[in-house]
Amino acid sequence: MSSVSETAVPRERPLGRLTRRVAVLRRGGFVAVLVALPVVYGIRDLETTGSLSRLGENLLQGVSNGLVWALIALGYTLVYGIIGLINFAHGDVFTIGSFTTVGLIGTLGLTLATGPLGLVAGLLLTLLISMLTCGTLNVMIERVGYRPLRGAPKLAPLITAIGFSFILQNVALLWLGGLPVSLPDLIHAQEVVTTVFGIPIERADLLAVGTAVPLVVLFTVFVARSRLGQAMRATAQDAQAARLMGINVDTTISLAFLLGGMMAGAAGLIYALYQTTVWYFQGFQAGLIAFTAAVLGGIGSVKGALAGGIIIGVIQQISDNRIGLQWTPAVVFAYLVLVITLRPQGLFGVEGREAG
Amino acid sequence: MSVDAPAMLAAGRRRVTELPRWSARLGWLALLAIAAVLPLLFDATSGFIDDSVVALVYVVMALGLNVMVGFAGLLDLGYVAFFAFGAFTVGWFASPFFGAASIHVLVPHALHQVPGIHLNFLLVLLVAALLCALVSAIIGLPTLRLRGDYIAIVTLAFGEIIRVFAVNGSTIHIAHNALLTNGRQGITPLDQVKLPFLAPFTELDLRPWYWLALALVVVALFVVVRLRDSRLGRAWVAVREDEVAAVSMGVPLVRTKLLAYAVGGAMGGVSGAVLASYLNTVNADQFAFSFSIFVLAMVILGGMGSVAGVVFGAILVSFINNRLIPDVFAHLPSKLGLDFSLTDLGFGIFGFLLVFVMILRPEGLVPEKRHRLELAEGVASETTGAERR
Repeated sequence: MSSVSETAVPRERPLGRLTRRVAVLRRGGFVAVLVALPVVYGIRDLETTGSLSRLGENLLQGVSNGLVWALIALGYTLVYGIIGLINFAHGDVFTIGSFTTVGLIGTLGLTLATGPLGLVAGLLLTLLISMLTCGTLNVMIERVGYRPLRGAPKLAPLITAIGFSFILQNVALLWLGGLPVSLPDLIHAQEVVTTVFGIPIERADLLAVGTAVPLVVLFTVFVARSRLGQAMRATAQDAQAARLMGINVDTTISLAFLLGGMMAGAAGLIYALYQTTVWYFQGFQAGLIAFTAAVLGGIGSVKGALAGGIIIGVIQQISDNRIGLQWTPAVVFAYLVLVITLRPQGLFGVEGREAG
Repeated sequence: MSVDAPAMLAAGRRRVTELPRWSARLGWLALLAIAAVLPLLFDATSGFIDDSVVALVYVVMALGLNVMVGFAGLLDLGYVAFFAFGAFTVGWFASPFFGAASIHVLVPHALHQVPGIHLNFLLVLLVAALLCALVSAIIGLPTLRLRGDYIAIVTLAFGEIIRVFAVNGSTIHIAHNALLTNGRQGITPLDQVKLPFLAPFTELDLRPWYWLALALVVVALFVVVRLRDSRLGRAWVAVREDEVAAVSMGVPLVRTKLLAYAVGGAMGGVSGAVLASYLNTVNADQFAFSFSIFVLAMVILGGMGSVAGVVFGAILVSFINNRLIPDVFAHLPSKLGLDFSLTDLGFGIFGFLLVFVMILRPEGLVPEKRHRLELAEGVASETTGAERR
């Protein structure tokens, strides 16, 4: 999506045998890192129980978790693709999405007693409002915090992003307090709908897939087909040239923040209904997991965000289930470090874009 | 708008050739003397000395982070890692934590009866510095090829990994009867500090703590200023300003960056060890990500790269954190008819400060000359982030 970084360390020297070996090691290491956990636990499952159904369960839940991370990762990847900023506050925008959902469920009076029709209508309205809230919030943050710093050294907007992250966390803290808040299990998330190959599929999985997939499809079509999406891609490629072609770069950037925020809002709703608890600090870890997903897939790439989200969701689920919940942050962050070290351009990224 | 090159050159040349004037030197000496006798004017356990000890330790931390962020341009969001390792050096090597071992090196006789590893406090500080220099080089290694914002994320990830280990370390057996950490319970009590020429370090007399912290600040200032004006310091600035140009001018990139990490890390480790001893606990909850941002706020607020600014920033931020928020403005929300505690919002307030400073005065309150020029040029020019990649 962009030219080779101008600050890249000179790397035009001919590839020696050592360099080539390092490159092979890197690629092999990257693949090994990605498949390590499922393979190890798959073999262990086969040895102990002779069936892969537990791993399958992990994979399935990983995918539905991963769709949430993918939705958040879209926001990271879109913004990074256009203005080259790690929008550190994005995870906390997602928190606000969850909190809006909780607030609206209370306001609309949705309870376990609400009938199916009312529930669907209410949740759709909640989804819409929470997406709009997060989108608007994200646009406002960009307007106040990042636009004045456009052109400043890269670290300046990153620091304001961190500042906004803390501000949003505190807003959430004031909103619902410092302890995790549970909400009614409106969709009966744990209820098993059907069983495929011995793997139970829960209603929560259906919710995640049913909400995330249409949104991702709409998003992809918008970016790929619409005029505004075209403007967005043009700006990502070369902002100066895009401006010369008559594209309003500022509006386009705002649009990217709007779309990213909306996806985060949707993710916030799915997360709240899926986990049935929300916490003011949830966005910190969620944001970092989603950022890992974006980097893993290749930052700037939409399909990369999707693939990265699902992969990281599976890794996280396996770690939750096998290694222990309390170790999951360390596992995910270790993946982040390994991916950035071994293959900073990710799965679908352009070579030479991130390194240097 | 282009950079005012002659002015920058002049600024650089002046710094190298011109020695500080005698009046300036005398001024600094007088300030130091005042700082040294200041605690005698207060009660030995007064809140003022308590706050000052913490503020002085933060000054050392902020100076260390400034070496990475301000001098070399490596944004470290996991600086808390060095606080953690410094603190654990004390927890491991100067407390009864490893009850199975019995090692005593240069400690008072009373401690010889206590099981565990007990090193002399100066040795502990040395170990903390070396350990953290090593750790920071290890953390730095994978970031060498990366751009600024990726460095920030990788260091953040390392900081969080270390925190997770600190929290869950109470379930890791590193040897028979020995755990890695004591998790959220914390390793406590730590050995009483005893240094030559100073009264014992107790809670009843905080002055020795103050003088220790002040001495550390003086040492740290000396090290930082000498490094800044050295060949290495110029190499850091060169790498920060333009990596490609620096490399083609013969600056050894790997060594320069790793040394910035090592120096900054060592300073973080030493101050972390002192802070842990002062708080008398090594507790996993101390090592949250927000602490890194707390220290970063000192550097940003004071002015990245500016030594005087960072000292000022550290004192200001710790004053805001320890006095202004919990004491002075604590009743503000209730007076306005709002129902929340201002201390909960500490980090929201620092978030605001970061945003305000970056937007209104990105060079900080006491800016460094070169940074100011660079930032003024950056904000004024009408380029977007995409073009500066």
